[in-house]
Amino acid sequence: MTNFATDALDIAGIDAFYGDSHVLHGVSFTLRPGRLLGLLGRNGAGKTTCMNTIMGFLKPKQGSISLFGEQVGGLAPDTIARKGICLVPQGRRMFRSLTVRENLMVAAQRARGPSGGPGWTMDRVFDLFPRLKERHAQVAGSLSGGEQQMLAIGRALMGNPRVLLMDEPSEGLAPQIVAEVGRIIAQLKAEGQSIVLVEQNIKLALELADDVAIINTGVVVHKGDAKAIKLDDAIVSQHLGVF
Amino acid sequence: MQWQFWIIQTLNSVAFGGLLFLLSSGFSLIFGLMRIPNLAHGAFFMLGAYFGYSLLARGGNFWLVALVAGLGVGLLGIALERFVLRQISGNEQGQVLVTLGVSFIIADICLLAWTGDPMPLPAPQALRRPLIIAGYAFPTYRLVVLVIALVAAVGLYFLMERTRIGAMIRAGVDDMEMARGVGIPVSRLFTLVFLLGSTLAGIGGVLGGPILNAYPGLDADMLPLALIVVILGGAGSLLGAFVGSFAVGFLYNFGIALAPDLAYFVLFLPMVLVLVFLPQGLFGRVQL
Repeated sequence: MTNFATDALDIAGIDAFYGDSHVLHGVSFTLRPGRLLGLLGRNGAGKTTCMNTIMGFLKPKQGSISLFGEQVGGLAPDTIARKGICLVPQGRRMFRSLTVRENLMVAAQRARGPSGGPGWTMDRVFDLFPRLKERHAQVAGSLSGGEQQMLAIGRALMGNPRVLLMDEPSEGLAPQIVAEVGRIIAQLKAEGQSIVLVEQNIKLALELADDVAIINTGVVVHKGDAKAIKLDDAIVSQHLGVF
Repeated sequence: MQWQFWIIQTLNSVAFGGLLFLLSSGFSLIFGLMRIPNLAHGAFFMLGAYFGYSLLARGGNFWLVALVAGLGVGLLGIALERFVLRQISGNEQGQVLVTLGVSFIIADICLLAWTGDPMPLPAPQALRRPLIIAGYAFPTYRLVVLVIALVAAVGLYFLMERTRIGAMIRAGVDDMEMARGVGIPVSRLFTLVFLLGSTLAGIGGVLGGPILNAYPGLDADMLPLALIVVILGGAGSLLGAFVGSFAVGFLYNFGIALAPDLAYFVLFLPMVLVLVFLPQGLFGRVQL
């Protein structure tokens, strides 16, 4: 099978639980190669749970997750990461006691796939984030919030993702930094990176996304084109709570 | 008291601190990465001493014996991690109890195989003569044990701070789930850390033999000391294990020499203070 016609990521009928609480109910959506899917919804809707389930942190009780046609649902997170799903996690979660350089080094995976462009290396990540290069020997725990977010993005890129999951990359950042993160995401998308973006910042998300899936209390309530949703005030106010 | 007393006690303390470092550096790495105290670690130390005794009795070269006995214990450590702990991964309480059970089993097997009598391990012939410096006699063997512990410390520092594998282990200590999430094969690191820690404990047992002897109960004497070292220094911190080992070495030796009735008090009081005021230990990052 060629990757040509396959979806980058296909989530079909996922059920997930935290202990006894049923968080995701038959969640389905697809990400096409080279596109950016905005996964939106209110606080507590289940977006981060979705990310954690795709990454393998949480095992789905039901449903399938496939990466370019290959089943990855239920695999261990490190296997999933090596197959090419890389996560920029909520709260950034850098390895605090490691230096910037070490954070990038431990996450490095070789570029994969037949089309494989130049592949991400530490030098390329440093080109993208000159700030990280300046601070390469500094311990990650001592970075500012914006720098930590850049490191979290750089670390995910070091895994040479076939699908990049970004969970609230703008959370808690100053407006200029949010704009910069937005530019970086747009640049990655322009280079053909397939991305799932979870965002509370609806404006930013709708600017960047090609497609949108909206989750409400663990159920996908709307799927569609980002431009159409942007113009549809009813959907925006009903499901996203922005007025 | 003569000042020679202080010199000899100091030397004994640092030599004992060196032994403790061999025991507790691995204990601390396992604790930091896997979040469980391997309560069989004292038994590994004792088993190293008994292995060493038997191999030396067959005329083995002391240093070769230390290495072989250490690796033997290391393989046992791998077996414990792979075939026992991995079967109940995620159940940390269960894992701790299993390691305690394994330590009892090892202790019973040792009693069966080597009887209840203390078994002295002879120090290498060349190191039995005291070293005379400025008219004072120093126990050569203890000095050599100290040097070996320092070499091990430098080697471990290099591994942990200067290699990719070391960075991966530290990443796992910082945030294990995220370490898996960036593709680090954490379960292979578990095996590696267990091999490393058990081997060091086994080597420590052989090196400690000429000072402590191999005897039933050696495991139960050493394990609490390793626990104190890790609580003082912080789980998963090599520097913590280093500082903690020598601190405990001094407290233990001087406690016994100066106030034998209070020896355990002197040992456990700092531990309690650290637990109350610095629950992560002096250099640790993992909340115990």
